[in-house]
Amino acid sequence: MNAAELRGVSYVYSEHTPFCKVAVDHIDITFEEKLVTGIIGHTGSGKSTVSQLLNGLLKPSEGVVEVDGKDIWAEPKKIKNVRFSVGLVFQYPEYQLFEETCYKDIAFGPKNMGLDEKEIDERVREAAEIVGLSEELFEKSPFDLSGGQKRRVAIAGIMAMRPKILILDEPAAGLDPRGRDEILTRIVRYREKTDSTVIMISHSMEDMAVYCDKILVMSDSKPYMYGTPSEVFGRAADLEAVGLTVPQVTKMMLALAEQGFDVRTDVYTVAQAKKEIERLLKQA
Amino acid sequence: MAEIIIKAEDICFSYESDHPTDNFPVLDHLNLEIEKGSFVAVLGYNGSGKSTLAKLLNLILTPTSGNLYLFGKKFDEETITEDEFFALRQRIGMVFQNPDNQLVATIVEEDVAFGPENLGVPPAEIRKRVDEALEIVGMKQFARHSPHQLSGGQKQRVAIAGIIALRPDVIIFDESTAMLDPRGRSDVLATIEKLNKEFGTTILHITHYMEEAIRADRVIVVDHGRVTLDGTPREVFSQVRTVKAAGLDVPQVTELMLEINDDGFDLPKDVLSYEEGANAIADYIRKKKAGKGS
Repeated sequence: MNAAELRGVSYVYSEHTPFCKVAVDHIDITFEEKLVTGIIGHTGSGKSTVSQLLNGLLKPSEGVVEVDGKDIWAEPKKIKNVRFSVGLVFQYPEYQLFEETCYKDIAFGPKNMGLDEKEIDERVREAAEIVGLSEELFEKSPFDLSGGQKRRVAIAGIMAMRPKILILDEPAAGLDPRGRDEILTRIVRYREKTDSTVIMISHSMEDMAVYCDKILVMSDSKPYMYGTPSEVFGRAADLEAVGLTVPQVTKMMLALAEQGFDVRTDVYTVAQAKKEIERLLKQA
Repeated sequence: MAEIIIKAEDICFSYESDHPTDNFPVLDHLNLEIEKGSFVAVLGYNGSGKSTLAKLLNLILTPTSGNLYLFGKKFDEETITEDEFFALRQRIGMVFQNPDNQLVATIVEEDVAFGPENLGVPPAEIRKRVDEALEIVGMKQFARHSPHQLSGGQKQRVAIAGIIALRPDVIIFDESTAMLDPRGRSDVLATIEKLNKEFGTTILHITHYMEEAIRADRVIVVDHGRVTLDGTPREVFSQVRTVKAAGLDVPQVTELMLEINDDGFDLPKDVLSYEEGANAIADYIRKKKAGKGS
């Protein structure tokens, strides 16, 4: 079963004006259910457009967007419901906090869904727990928190709607390495706990390698590659051709292969590289 | 040894807050010397005090206690004249994180001209400086474009041009690459290196990206408001465990080499780049094979 599917989808910004720009061009993409899928691609490759098409913020100029097997634009008036089931966390979501307290901010989404008080409370607590926000902060103003905490409040606000598909645009941007690992781990935990699907946009190949089950590479308004991290990173030259890089250990393996050593070049984490290199060293 | 152009001596700083418990020192007796013409990467987790340090050096903030020497002169808030103050600020430029928050004009070249215009630089001289600055950052062909049509990396290079046009001796980059995609980041980093190598500009580059830090001459790690590690990238990153304890990363290859060493293989521990890593492994294997053959 697929969580979402784009079929023959195009999206043109400022159509019929001199500034008309094709953001995605007749694309077919399938997002598999219950996986963490990473989308990677340089600026302007169309990855943010894809995320906004999925939750109905943008309406395709052509083609069909399906979520859970249903065309989301079949009944345009009900598009709001799609936004509850496909949660979108924008880049730097902490700039969108607005409520007086963290609790109210997280509760905003579920409240708009028309849920009762008890249900809202349950969801707020659950989301806060997943992102690692202590209940002591509930009554604090979100503006008094640190940057990392603000980001958690903002992400919890979307998680509290319990979307079947959670899309995050650069969730770790601007965080330090520890903050980055923490937030990404918690996003993966959300997926496991709620049995949902996560789609994550990132510029960091190293993060993708560690946290994603599948990677979609976008280039020039089209999907360019799709596969597991080792399938994608195994094609370093193709990635470099579209201005992307592979993780540093993958580069090292490629350099060794070029020198004539018989090593796997589809490794991308330190642990995998260690295993492979030690095998090589022991042989010698 | 090159001239010291920035010296922080026992600097402390606390933000004033309504909650007395929040009044903890962000900088805690910090000492630092920056040599003229050096390229220094500043690392630290969020909240370590590195941005506060940058703002102190650019005189946006003044220290709660301690001494700051800029260009050989002690900075004294009480006695400094306004002219001297602005002259100092002009010599230490700062580029911030968000490219969208730094551009003010509707045309690229006007934005670059904004600084020198405010300083009362004569128009012919402004023209010259703007052209030169856009040339250096490689954005000359966009001189008449509107900034909002540019990519993040391009915007950031325009912001840098705006600083270059002020002819500063030092430029502080406060996570200026954090919001950019890989291509934008590498363009900005190339611009930073060019300013340092070709024009002798002293660079302080605050970043979370270790692959950028390894390109600096010197890396300092700020932790709990103090400088805890200071040395060449090789010296600093080879201390994998200390760096990781400070909440930071080391390059993947450096970590890999350390782990392989722990398992009893004698490989160099101060490897930074993937080429060095590959060569070290290749050498080790060749030596082993040669040893067996003899």
